[in-house]
Amino acid sequence: MIANFIFSLLLILAVTLFWKNVRCIAQNIKMGKKQPIRDQKPRRWKKMAWVAIGQSKMTSRPISAILHIFVYVGFIVINIEMLEILIDGVIGSHRILSFLGNIYPLLISVFEILALLVILACVVFLIRRNIIRVPRFLNREMTTWPRSDANIILVTEILLMSSVLIMNAADGLLQARGHAYYAQMGSFVVSDMMHGWFAGLSDSALVNLERAGWWFHIVGVLIFLNYIPYSKHFHIFLSFPNVFYSSLEPMGKMTNMPAITDEIRMMLNMQPGNEQDPAAEGEADQFGAKDATDLTWKHLMDAYTCTECGRCTSSCPASQTGKKLSPRKVVMDVRDRIEELGKYVRKHGKENDDGQSLFDRVTDEELWACTTCNACVQECPVNIDPLAVILEMRRYLVMEKASAPGEINATFSNIENNGAPWQFSHEDRMQWAGQEQ
Amino acid sequence: MAEKTKINVPLMADMAEKGEKPEFLFWVGCAGAFDDRYKKVSRAFAAILNRLETSYAVLGTEETCTGDPARRAGNEMLFQMQALQLIELFESYGIKKIITICPHCYNVFKNEYPDLGGQYEVISYVEFLDHAMERGTLKPDLSVFAGARITYHDPCYLARANDITEPPRNILNLLAGELIEMKRNRHYAFCCGAGGGQMFKEAEKGDKEVFIERTEEALETNPGIIATACPFCMIMITDGIKYKNREEEVKNYDIAEIIALALGS
Repeated sequence: MIANFIFSLLLILAVTLFWKNVRCIAQNIKMGKKQPIRDQKPRRWKKMAWVAIGQSKMTSRPISAILHIFVYVGFIVINIEMLEILIDGVIGSHRILSFLGNIYPLLISVFEILALLVILACVVFLIRRNIIRVPRFLNREMTTWPRSDANIILVTEILLMSSVLIMNAADGLLQARGHAYYAQMGSFVVSDMMHGWFAGLSDSALVNLERAGWWFHIVGVLIFLNYIPYSKHFHIFLSFPNVFYSSLEPMGKMTNMPAITDEIRMMLNMQPGNEQDPAAEGEADQFGAKDATDLTWKHLMDAYTCTECGRCTSSCPASQTGKKLSPRKVVMDVRDRIEELGKYVRKHGKENDDGQSLFDRVTDEELWACTTCNACVQECPVNIDPLAVILEMRRYLVMEKASAPGEINATFSNIENNGAPWQFSHEDRMQWAGQEQ
Repeated sequence: MAEKTKINVPLMADMAEKGEKPEFLFWVGCAGAFDDRYKKVSRAFAAILNRLETSYAVLGTEETCTGDPARRAGNEMLFQMQALQLIELFESYGIKKIITICPHCYNVFKNEYPDLGGQYEVISYVEFLDHAMERGTLKPDLSVFAGARITYHDPCYLARANDITEPPRNILNLLAGELIEMKRNRHYAFCCGAGGGQMFKEAEKGDKEVFIERTEEALETNPGIIATACPFCMIMITDGIKYKNREEEVKNYDIAEIIALALGS
């Protein structure tokens, strides 16, 4: 009884704390600019099914795709067992789902096979990060914390899966010995093979081992749940909405700035058009993005969805030729900045400003290294758009600070004066055809 | 294809004067008009249009920048200035269909002008040429490139930006048999390094130029020809071939030029 009470208390505590942290993240995301995304729901559902649930974009790198599928399917399916553990914990039953009869050992066996595959995948992931040292896990932005974060997640998953297998092995051994409390349920395919490891233990030691496995697993899960909001592992929740709300336009399309259109129509003495009223998006008192709050909520959700896999950076032409730009760093910078600002605002109130901006993290040199090739956007398995952030920041640099590299400014004046980015006269535009005008 | 020989390219203004309205605007673009290498591509494509007796015209001296490089470099003001003026010009000629030989112009007309009220049917020349080949209206001499080792570099603004990967491949496969793919191709192709305003500035500090990285990848296929479909890719890849001292044995041709050569023009 006391165990059930402690368990229930832990559960309530863990879920409450988790919910509180999730709400902080939601508040931070809402600090971004409003941008209603309500169109084309059927297409969005389809995209989410294909890209997020179906993991279709992972396949461009088959090794990590297969290993990730093990962990992903393992995570989802083993949650059914979590359900059993929760019920057992609250009402004090033992393996409540065993009423399913012959299906039960089958179900547990499936969980066990998946648990084994999860362990295998996590071990390979650890080797890739720490022994093979795959370059994309070691870029400049992969400082101590991101590297540790990845290792903590992988080790935790190995421990959580191992504890289930040990628990089942002890349970199965007690069943085989005909222990009164551990009713016969049939064989568990993986943990049965572990019986030999524990054969020397007494019945009471086995009971303790089984209970220890159970408690380790569930307490571990509750702690891990509360670690996730502080970690890149938050992608397990946000990947789905992030893909759902991702752009359905061709990748080449840049967002329009209707606030500027009216101004230019006036300058050119044109009739006002029927562009959307810019006031609907809030007064355009500044062009482009100086801080994370100048980006849309979707860009901020992108940042929280990033799991730092680095596919973007490993395909970026700038990153791959030694330039300072790394799309992953830009996304991480946005996340870290909005986290910082969110904390500050919760402490000092909304009207206060900490005097920092996104430009304290992302340098001009990084922004000007981008070729806008969209390789990062193409690569991202969860449809994050690092390019949009870069372009919004360039807009700020150019239109608010008039701070572009000299040659770019010269290009602007050429376009303005000659109608071409190069300094040629428009009178010569037909020379290619051998025609003088 | 000496530049001095005049080819007959109809001007939109002349046609309007005669009260004629061509079906297509052939948008030449800045590189097509001013870059010495890409002028040859403009000529090759115009010659094909003429051979097909396409109803088209160019804007000539009335053409100006789409504003695309300004927009991608952050200057939305300048972009919209260019765009709104062009939309007005297109309107005055009643232009409905635009063929471009530059993927950047293609992208901005197709995806971004509609936001400013400019709705057109925008056609990339690779699509246009692919259709012409498919319909059999062009009768290329298949022996010209038979057995040639050709690899194709996808421009970002056709492949990734607009999902156009197969038309140039159809053309090359028809003319030269199986083309040889680079390791990174189609949606995963590696950029030439010119986009996003990079064409007009020095690269930021790094340990390699992007165009050298991409040219090396192309050269790994041991090609006789590196085919491109974008003026800026062409500038970059041609530079890369020179940098690698391979210009004797490796040529860089545009898709339109390859067809023109197979047509014997």
